[in-house]
Amino acid sequence: MRELVLWIPLLPLIGFTINIIWGKQLPKIVSGGIGKLSVLASFIIVCLIWSTVANNQGPETYAYLNWIETSSFTVPFSLQIDHLTLIMLGIITGVGFLIHLYSDGYMHDDEGYHRFFAYLNLFIFFMLLLVMGANLLVTFIGWEGVGLCSYLLIGFWFKDHANNDAAKKAFVMNRIGDLGFLIAMFLCLYQYKTLDYTTLNSMAATIPAGTTIVTVITMALFFGATGKSAQIPLYTWLPDAMAGPTPVSALIHAATMVTAGIYLIARLNGLFLAAPLTLNVIFCIGIATALFAAVMATRQNDIKKVLAYSTVSQLGYMFAALGTGAFSSGMFHLTTHAFFKALLFLCAGSVIHAMSGEQDIRKMGGLKGSLKITHLTFLIGTLAITGVPPFSGFFSKDEILAVCYSKSLWMFVLLAITSVLTAVYMFRLYFLTFYGNFRGTEDQKHHLHESPWTMTVPLIVLAILAALGGFIGMPEVFHTPHIFKEFLTTIISPNSGSHEVSHFFEYCLMGVSIVALALIVILVYNYYIKNNNQPEANESSLNWFQKAVYNKFYIDELYNAVIVNPLSLLSKWTYKVLDRKITDGIVNQIGLTTLLSGQSIRKLQTGGTGFYIFAMVIGIIAMLCINFLFK
Amino acid sequence: MISVALIVIPLVFALVVAFCNTNTARILAITGSVINLAVTIYAFSQFEKTTDYQFAFLADWIPAIGAKFHVGMDGINILLILLTNILAPIIIISTEIKHNKPSLMYGLILFMQSALLGVFLSLDVLLYYLFWELALLPIYLIILLWGSENRYKTVVKFFIYTLAGSLLMLASILYVYIKSPGGNFSMDNFYNNHLSALEQKWVFIGFFAAYAIKIPIIPFHTWQASTYTEAPTSGTMLLAGIMLKMGTFSLLRWLLPVTPLALSSMLPYAIGLSVIGILLGSVIALSQNHFKTLLAYSSLAHVGLISAGIFALNMDGMKGGLIQMFNHGIIVVGLFYIAEIVNKRTSTYQLSELGGIRVHAPKLAAFFLILLLASVALPLTNGFIGEFLLLNGLFQYSMWLSAIAGLTIILGAAYMLRLYQKTMLGLDYQYQRIIPDLNLTEKLVLIPLTVIILYIGVFPGYLLDVINPSVEKLLSIIKIVN
Repeated sequence: MRELVLWIPLLPLIGFTINIIWGKQLPKIVSGGIGKLSVLASFIIVCLIWSTVANNQGPETYAYLNWIETSSFTVPFSLQIDHLTLIMLGIITGVGFLIHLYSDGYMHDDEGYHRFFAYLNLFIFFMLLLVMGANLLVTFIGWEGVGLCSYLLIGFWFKDHANNDAAKKAFVMNRIGDLGFLIAMFLCLYQYKTLDYTTLNSMAATIPAGTTIVTVITMALFFGATGKSAQIPLYTWLPDAMAGPTPVSALIHAATMVTAGIYLIARLNGLFLAAPLTLNVIFCIGIATALFAAVMATRQNDIKKVLAYSTVSQLGYMFAALGTGAFSSGMFHLTTHAFFKALLFLCAGSVIHAMSGEQDIRKMGGLKGSLKITHLTFLIGTLAITGVPPFSGFFSKDEILAVCYSKSLWMFVLLAITSVLTAVYMFRLYFLTFYGNFRGTEDQKHHLHESPWTMTVPLIVLAILAALGGFIGMPEVFHTPHIFKEFLTTIISPNSGSHEVSHFFEYCLMGVSIVALALIVILVYNYYIKNNNQPEANESSLNWFQKAVYNKFYIDELYNAVIVNPLSLLSKWTYKVLDRKITDGIVNQIGLTTLLSGQSIRKLQTGGTGFYIFAMVIGIIAMLCINFLFK
Repeated sequence: MISVALIVIPLVFALVVAFCNTNTARILAITGSVINLAVTIYAFSQFEKTTDYQFAFLADWIPAIGAKFHVGMDGINILLILLTNILAPIIIISTEIKHNKPSLMYGLILFMQSALLGVFLSLDVLLYYLFWELALLPIYLIILLWGSENRYKTVVKFFIYTLAGSLLMLASILYVYIKSPGGNFSMDNFYNNHLSALEQKWVFIGFFAAYAIKIPIIPFHTWQASTYTEAPTSGTMLLAGIMLKMGTFSLLRWLLPVTPLALSSMLPYAIGLSVIGILLGSVIALSQNHFKTLLAYSSLAHVGLISAGIFALNMDGMKGGLIQMFNHGIIVVGLFYIAEIVNKRTSTYQLSELGGIRVHAPKLAAFFLILLLASVALPLTNGFIGEFLLLNGLFQYSMWLSAIAGLTIILGAAYMLRLYQKTMLGLDYQYQRIIPDLNLTEKLVLIPLTVIILYIGVFPGYLLDVINPSVEKLLSIIKIVN
């Protein structure tokens, strides 16, 4: 078992090593094959392990070596298998493999084909370490590592500086969060002498809730999570990250890496439960991000940007759930989201592929005829994300709405509005892309084609998961077991955050959401398709609010004005004035003064004996005087 | 005896090499440094994890004043000896023979290696001082003979700076020598000097001046950027890779244990200056347009963290400091070599005139990326181990200072990725240069560095273990009085 567990991350690492060193010499079928098979093999191992893990079994930890050892603390390189890890492992290797398969078709003609697979494998390796690590430091390896892979893959087409800028932004913003993570680790080491998850969680149960140190630790960790999981205030890198190839957006920036923050908090649920203040902050930030991002998504015209803001918004849902203490609800939405968001991104990729690289939905339209599979699977994804029963998003999202309702009515209302907005921007995207008349060039129309099987098979598999995945978490009202929650009971206490809501409320919620959705679909359809309204080509026709939304509330501009530009000015000033002029100036002045004083004193050396004797006499008198005065 | 051999072998080779013709000189220089490396590795494998001075050699030197020739290895200097001997062959290989009088250059590098090893190995303070001064000579000549056009002013400044520091240190050494009970220059005598707290304060200032200049700690750093920039790259590698570590090493070997009574009053200033240095270096590096100057300021930030961690006076800070001295040496030599390679291909160090190199030279770009990631302390590279321990050590001293110092994690990523983007990424529309990828010599330099970076990043255990007893002993010496 010990060795088997180690092979899960090791296989993709081997795939990476082979492809990065020899990939260029290998034929595509071999380098792509290594990339795909290494992840598939990991997936198979995960399935094997899953089948051996009993239902009520607690975490198994496997230590391989003492990684960092000093006399004040020891951090082993240890991996851990438990139910929470298994869910993440399933998503990472399963969805990861499908996206690898899809990439084969998507990147087939790219000159960096082998490099792409190498980076994807490396990403899988780090992501696996992130979720398998038995302590914060091993998770941190993965945490920083996936940031690196994100950097490499966003900037995959490195000849274009727009991509490089986006990549750099992603890395640096993640690093801001990482500092929070680091500080949290230092605090844990300082206070508890350990970074081990099990110890931290069980220790937290013994101390009174709201202890300052725990609040600070959890706040710092959550700050780290806002970086990786693109929450306010560190979310702005994610929409820019869409510069990377679409499979990357699906894998890293939708299904796996951005959920690392959710995973981390769920993993340390014991610690977070001991910090009610932090949970409240998480709750508020989650809801604020969900709403804010959903508003921005309604006016984006880039197919991937809409989905990117949608991801930010959905991650906000998950954080809101975590904030109520309903960790398993957050994880449940993470799981269904991994299915339907990966699906939506891959569909978008298929559309972009067919449109010869075009991403602007104003230039699409009427694609449902020529892209039948893509259209159908995209529709399933849309139904899932908007929460139409019985698609997966319905169950996970309603669960979050229910737990929020029992915590705060106002917050529930905000989240419900977000749901409405979700339906608006998703159906706007769907109708503009697949319905109406084709608005692209003749050339594009000519080339419209369904993608090859390597791309459509993953779409179909993910569509099935997105459609049916929700049944593992049926609400209590149906009197069926909540398989997902029960699966996690060994890690997350089933009582945490389970706020009983009345059956009446559950029925209302379902009824209202179905009616509201139907209304929105009709309205959006009428507006964009029947009345043939197009999104505005330029901003001049918009009112101030629409303009603000269109420009993403000028947050990037704000950050530039408040942080980036002043820092750059400070840098130049520090160099030119503080360092060169003042510090170096003083040093040079000292040197110069020494030199000059030497020159003037030199003139005393006249060679005239008379002057020397005179000076001597003056000196002796002076010494006698001093002696006399001070004795 | 091994300790003596380590000093003598490069010295002998230096003398021989300096008078050979070019090709023989290169081969002989490489041979000499590799032999020394082999001896070091042998010593390292035989090294026992105790606090004893191993492979020690003790002989009378100037009996009249009680100066002895006493050298030996312990946990404090073993990593620096390893570093010096790993880097020496690498620097020699990287020094190509396009310079005039290359044999003299090889000779000077070997001479410098010998002097540096002397500094690290000495257990007698006068001997240490002698080597300290000797090490200045070759680097001075290297910059003077092979530096770029504006070198004269720079060299004079560098020389005066370091000499001024050395004189203050000498004053401190002599004061302790005269006042101490033993009346000799031995380390034990200096550690048990019976000076009052006030006297130790002055002694501290004398030592600190020399080390603050060498490390450098602000505001004594203004020689650094210009010297790094003007020196030939071999010189910059020697300076940044090994010579600066003379300063940080000496903090542990001499400053802290000799003046333990002064520490409680002096260290807050020393840490404050170090942390300001971290910020200043990082912020300035953000907008630098010169490849080597940028690396110089980045180096200022990194060594600032090393000294701050050491001054925090705890296990993690000190071990982190020692490990990071080693790591930083490896990384910075690699980075300066990348700068040199880029300059060889394009004849410029200006970032605004570079770009698009990755298209032509993917291997160069790949090695650069690994070095860069180590420099920004990504986990699984050696840089992470050091900086994690250092920040953790500093954290135990002060949470806020550590958070401020931790900003280097963010700023470091920002300026290094900017550097990478400006040089490697994009397309070179303006100059349309064809950049050849790495040749064999360049690979011979970069591959070992990369292997070390990754190996220590994954398996730092042995290095951390080896230094443990000595660091514990050192801390106990300091802590007895504090």
